[in-house]
Amino acid sequence: MKTRDLSELAVRNLREAVLRNSLTTLGVAVGVASLVAMLSLGVGLQTLASQRLTRSGLFDAVFVTSQRNFRGPGQRGSADSAPKKESRSLDEDARQQLSKLSNVTEVYPQIRFVTDVRYAGKSETTSVLGLPDSSRSSGAFEGMTGVYFSSPTADEAILQIEFAKVLTDQPPSLVGKDLTLRYAERAALSKASDDDEAFLDSMMGSGKPGGISIVPREKTLRIVGVIESDPSAGIGGFGGARVYLPLKAAEQLHVAQPDDLQAFLSGNAAKPSYMALTVRVHSPKDVPQVEAAIKQLGFATFSLLDATKSLRLVFTVFDLFLGLFGSLALTVASLGIINTLVMAILERRREIGILKALGATDRDVRSLFFAEAGAMGLFGGFFGVALGWLIGQALTWGTTIYLHRQNLPGVKISYVPWWLALGAIGFAIIVSLVAGLYPAARAARLNPVEALRYE
Amino acid sequence: MPAAPMLIEAESVSREYRLGETVIRAVDAVSLSVEKGEFLALLGSSGSGKSTLLSMMAGLDRPTSGAIRVRERNLAELDADELARYRRETVGMVFQSFNLLPRMTLEENVELPLRLAEVDRHDRESRVGEALERVRLGARRRHRPSELSGGEQQRAALARALVNRPAILFADEPTGNLDSVNGEQILLLLREIQDSLGMTIIMVTHERPLAEKFANRIALLSDGRLISDGVLR
Repeated sequence: MKTRDLSELAVRNLREAVLRNSLTTLGVAVGVASLVAMLSLGVGLQTLASQRLTRSGLFDAVFVTSQRNFRGPGQRGSADSAPKKESRSLDEDARQQLSKLSNVTEVYPQIRFVTDVRYAGKSETTSVLGLPDSSRSSGAFEGMTGVYFSSPTADEAILQIEFAKVLTDQPPSLVGKDLTLRYAERAALSKASDDDEAFLDSMMGSGKPGGISIVPREKTLRIVGVIESDPSAGIGGFGGARVYLPLKAAEQLHVAQPDDLQAFLSGNAAKPSYMALTVRVHSPKDVPQVEAAIKQLGFATFSLLDATKSLRLVFTVFDLFLGLFGSLALTVASLGIINTLVMAILERRREIGILKALGATDRDVRSLFFAEAGAMGLFGGFFGVALGWLIGQALTWGTTIYLHRQNLPGVKISYVPWWLALGAIGFAIIVSLVAGLYPAARAARLNPVEALRYE
Repeated sequence: MPAAPMLIEAESVSREYRLGETVIRAVDAVSLSVEKGEFLALLGSSGSGKSTLLSMMAGLDRPTSGAIRVRERNLAELDADELARYRRETVGMVFQSFNLLPRMTLEENVELPLRLAEVDRHDRESRVGEALERVRLGARRRHRPSELSGGEQQRAALARALVNRPAILFADEPTGNLDSVNGEQILLLLREIQDSLGMTIIMVTHERPLAEKFANRIALLSDGRLISDGVLR
């Protein structure tokens, strides 16, 4: 029999015992739904974790230091490694060069300094960090009191709540107030006086260009937000900063950095260099290629790529277990299919006899029962995916309500990707066909004379 | 000039059934030949083995011993698929209890053998219409079997048996569930088909008057054995 005729007959047969077949199909749908809901939860949580971690900047970033920085990140096994090429300075030229590498989206330095902060007559020493504009979308500022910086160069500050508590008993009240930053500005000495130059020459030998000056400065900043988490945590920021400024604003302060002394000693005082640069890439998968390119340029690198691999392993095992639990329901549903089809054979014995008398082969009869099982799997799969998606949406909805009550932003914990939807439908069809194997074989084996005698 | 080969030749055909330790011989060494275009009535009382013999000649059952040759092919040597093909292409069957599928309309019932034979869809409609017209049910094509009388149902079953244009029509007690008027109408129709299409008809019946009136040869069976075999006209 042709496939189209077979399908028509199968659908017609399913329609005849509509209640029983619908209940069996519903059983398959519930099985598929439980599988889809479980796996969508796994996928959703994995996606959520990946997004959060990616947005944290931990996995799409390469941290670059000059190779002359000893014991810094990326300086592993230097004792037995091959002799290094001449080390390069991590200066503005290097920053420009790194930003031109393919798949690089952003290159920024780490501007961090410990300084005095004055507010309402109080003076506190704390750590200040410049934040790149991309940290706006990192998720760290969700639920923050106040707003993010109005522009990358705004004279604004965001305070970490622990530090805000030091300044006042009512941290949210700080938003809109001003604080003053006292810091040491670093400036290259332009044509120093002859006396100074003579002094420097006597100290360092002739031929060295000028030195640097350290000048105390003050800067008033408007507090725009108070944040509970620590957006500087992680490899990019090493954590612990308490006052955050826009990175460009922080750069414009020209705050003296620990490596200024080395620049001075190496005679590059006029050309400031960075302790470290953070190179952001399009996606975590670009990290190895960019890291290799940076090493080629003569810099040391460090990334957290291995951590993402471990994370993926954990989630794969998690998905496997969720899938196994979900499959149990589908196994129960497949028993329902076997029961329905075996009952159908008993009821349709005479029909099978008629089909055989009219010239149907064993294969035709087997295929017909197979097609009916497959159709139940197909419809059950479709409904199951829809039902599973609805369960996932309900879980997300419930979780979001709960999180909102805890004053936390809502999250999407369930996600049904296309491969899960198609895979679940395919799996339902396969399980149904396997369930239909025995009934179909039994129907095909019926003796037509005995089948025709059946009342 | 050699004689034309017989359409059906049964040679010492036996069919036994086992019921525990007991062996029941339903057909016992029957030899019979049927020529093309004959209307043969297999007559006998209940349990005489006539339906079993018909089932074997129709390819629904296999003999325990002996051979049934149709167009010189031994049915016992055909595998299951070849036997199904024989039933599909060479044979049409009518049963006592009509055996129409209740959930299908008449035209769907009649179309069923064409589906199994993988006939093109556009050919099917005309062939179904032609078969239903032949049994004078063209106007009832969209009705379900339950909406028809017994006689109409048997005519629909006859249309289904004819739609694949078989060489042999087997009818197992076709009037068994009909009153005498409808029974005669069915047999008239069979006779008409035999005359117009030159079809070979083998009919099982226990009603001697009907057999004598419509068949042109009667083979009498009793206890599985062929008692007599005679041409009426």
